[in-house]
Order: sequence, then structure tokens, then C-alpha cells
Amino acid sequence: MTSLAVRRVHPPLWLIVLTATAAWLVAWFLALPASTWLAFEVLGLSPGTQLGEAVAFFLYDVPKVLLLLTGIVTLVSFLRSFVSPDRVRRALAGRNAAVGTAAAAGFGVVTPFCSCSAVPLFIGFLEAGVPLGVTFAFLIASPMVNEVAIVLLWGLVGPQLTIAYMAAGLGVAIVAGLLIGRLGLERYVEDYVWKVRAGGVAIDERVTMGDRLVDAWRSTRDIVGRVWPFVIVGIGIGALIHGFVPTELVAQVGGSGNPLAVPALVALGVPLYSNAAGTIPIVEALLGKGLPIGTALAFMMSVTALSLPEMVILRKVMKPRLLATFAAVVAIGIVGIGYLFNWLTV
Amino acid sequence: MKVIEVLGSGCANCRKLEANAREAVAEAGVDAEILHVTDMAEIASRGVLNTPGLAIDGRVVSTGRIPTPWTIAAWLTDG
Repeated sequence: MTSLAVRRVHPPLWLIVLTATAAWLVAWFLALPASTWLAFEVLGLSPGTQLGEAVAFFLYDVPKVLLLLTGIVTLVSFLRSFVSPDRVRRALAGRNAAVGTAAAAGFGVVTPFCSCSAVPLFIGFLEAGVPLGVTFAFLIASPMVNEVAIVLLWGLVGPQLTIAYMAAGLGVAIVAGLLIGRLGLERYVEDYVWKVRAGGVAIDERVTMGDRLVDAWRSTRDIVGRVWPFVIVGIGIGALIHGFVPTELVAQVGGSGNPLAVPALVALGVPLYSNAAGTIPIVEALLGKGLPIGTALAFMMSVTALSLPEMVILRKVMKPRLLATFAAVVAIGIVGIGYLFNWLTV
Repeated sequence: MKVIEVLGSGCANCRKLEANAREAVAEAGVDAEILHVTDMAEIASRGVLNTPGLAIDGRVVSTGRIPTPWTIAAWLTDG
């Protein structure tokens, strides 16, 4: 290390982590009493009225969601810095279809990639000898079962639906991966992809604990900085639904009596990509009004897994036929999950 | 002269990494040229699966991260 590397003097890492954790916990336990006090004492609204309930919902959910996001994204980003896609592809290369596909879906959950990395990742996996179906299982699971969605579902909707969501997400990724593997679509991968030969060697970068923490905090600032407006809007809409939308309306339009509700919400979820943080408060409010669980799950999965911008990026490595198959298999899988859970919970 | 390559599709993270690299060059006071590699096949063939990647004189030194300017400066003066 040269003097340049240690030019900046920081307080010890444990002190920063301890202070941040303490501040987070204090804010977490103050959120509910503070929001109740603000809505009913300061603003003088009455509990039980439509406006009062809507405002209280908003004032409580905003700090709660932002705190959950900040805390968990930092923690998960830190833990994830120990798993690299390069290690994952080496672990997956040459596995048989069933084991490889299940493992790829599992790795997808713990391994990050931003959609701008989707193309080098796809090429890199195939280049290392990871089968096409296994690669797809990874590409599908990674964005769908992501930490933001899981944490917000757990915090706002509860553990049961979160576990159902994770199981369903892994299920769709595995089935879609096996199916795409079976269909033998290798010829619909753009030809140049098969010609790429990696001359690159694995790097042995010395990443310190401090680097990992700084990275985690930076990516948290990035993510929270990008999604907070959507969170506020989502909670605002959720609050309006919570306070003003009658339960009968949700039951009538989105209930299991309307078979078109699942595909309609899946279609609606496509343009909402990457706004899981903004959508979950709406789902929370709709579930409170009696939206069936399967319909809610299908909507959430479509928000996270089906994304137009990612399709455009993936077009660089996939011929239209493969891209269409991929989108169709995932969409059908998600709609199927919706019907399945609605049927199971009736 | 050193050659610094930023490997990435031109997303926000890649531009941030390029800015850090520029700052590092100024700080380390070395003579260096900064290039931006956006060709996906080339990026993958260099072993970079997670963008942005950074290479110094053809050797990839980091992937999927944005090293600080002083870290990059240390790499520039070390090697």
C-alpha cells in the first residue's frame, strides 16, 4: 500500500457500523408512535375516519419502507460482495440439467447483476460452458427473487406471502430453465456469442472489509436515491386505497370471480419494472381490501421479472425467436402461479 | 504511458468509474490514456461478467465495483 491509499483517515469501522445500527433501531421503534402522534395529535385527524386512516397509513409506511430499504440493502450488498458471478459460472459449468438449473436459480437469489450487466453475464455463462437453460434459470431468478422485493413483502405484507413469493419465483425460474433447455434453442442465440473466447484471467483483487462496507453503502445510496420517489408515490396510492376504496370494489374487479384479473395485472406489471419498492405498498393496501393472494403474487412477479428495457438489452445476444420464447415462458409461468395460488386459497 | 480501460455499456456506474479514473490519473501524476470499451463481446471475453470493469495496461483489476480514485491511483503507481 502506498501513502495514497491511506490518505483519508476515518474513525474505526466498528464504531461507524455500531452508530449506524443504533440510529437505525431508534428510528425504527420511533416510526409508529411518531406517525400516530403526527396524524392524530398534530394534524388533528380522528382515527377511524377515511382521511385519518389514509394519512396515518402514509405517515407510518414512508419511514418504515425507507428504513427497511436502507438497512437491508446495505446488509445484503455487503454480504453479496463475497459472491461473484465468475464463481457462480464456474460452479455451474458442466452440471446436468436438473441439478444445474436448480442451483442456478438458487445462485440467482444471492448474486446481483444490474440489467446493464445482463449481456456480458449471458455471454460469460455460455462461454464457460453453462447450458442455455441453466443460464436462463439464473437470468430469471436473479431479478425476481431480489432483496428489495423480499424485504418489503416481509415487512409490509408478512412472512407467509413472502415465502410463497420466493417459492413461486424459484419455481418459475427452474421450470422455465428446464423447458428452455429442452427446447434446444441454442441456434437462436446470436452467432457471435458462440465465438467469444475468454482470454481474461480471474483477478485477485484485494478487497478489504472497509472497501466492502463503502461499496455497500454507495450502492444503498444509489438504490434508495433512485427508488424513493416511487416509494412515496406507491405509498400515497396505497394510502388512498386503504382509506377510500371500498372492499366490495376490489373483490368485484380483482377477485377470483373475475378470471381476467390475473393476466390483466401481469400485463400491468411489465411497464412498472424495477419499481418493486413502489408497487409493494399498493399490493399491501389491495390485499387488505381482499385482493386474492395469487393475483397479488402474479402482479409482483411480473413487476420484477418481466422488463421491457431488459428485453431490449438482451436482444443483443438473442434472436427474436429466443427472446419471444423467454418472455412467453415466464409470462405463462407467472399467470399459472396466479391461478394456482388463487385456487389453493379459495 | 499507461492505458486505462473502462469496460461497460455506458451506464451511470461506468461514467462514475471513468470520472474516478480521471481523478486518479491527476492525483498520481502519471501519464495515462483512458479508453472506454463498450463492445459486449469484448467485455465478456476479458472475463468481466459484472460491469463496470477496470483494466490497467490490459490487466483487469476490478469488476462490478467502483474503486475510489485513491485506490486506482495506488494501482497506477504500484505497477
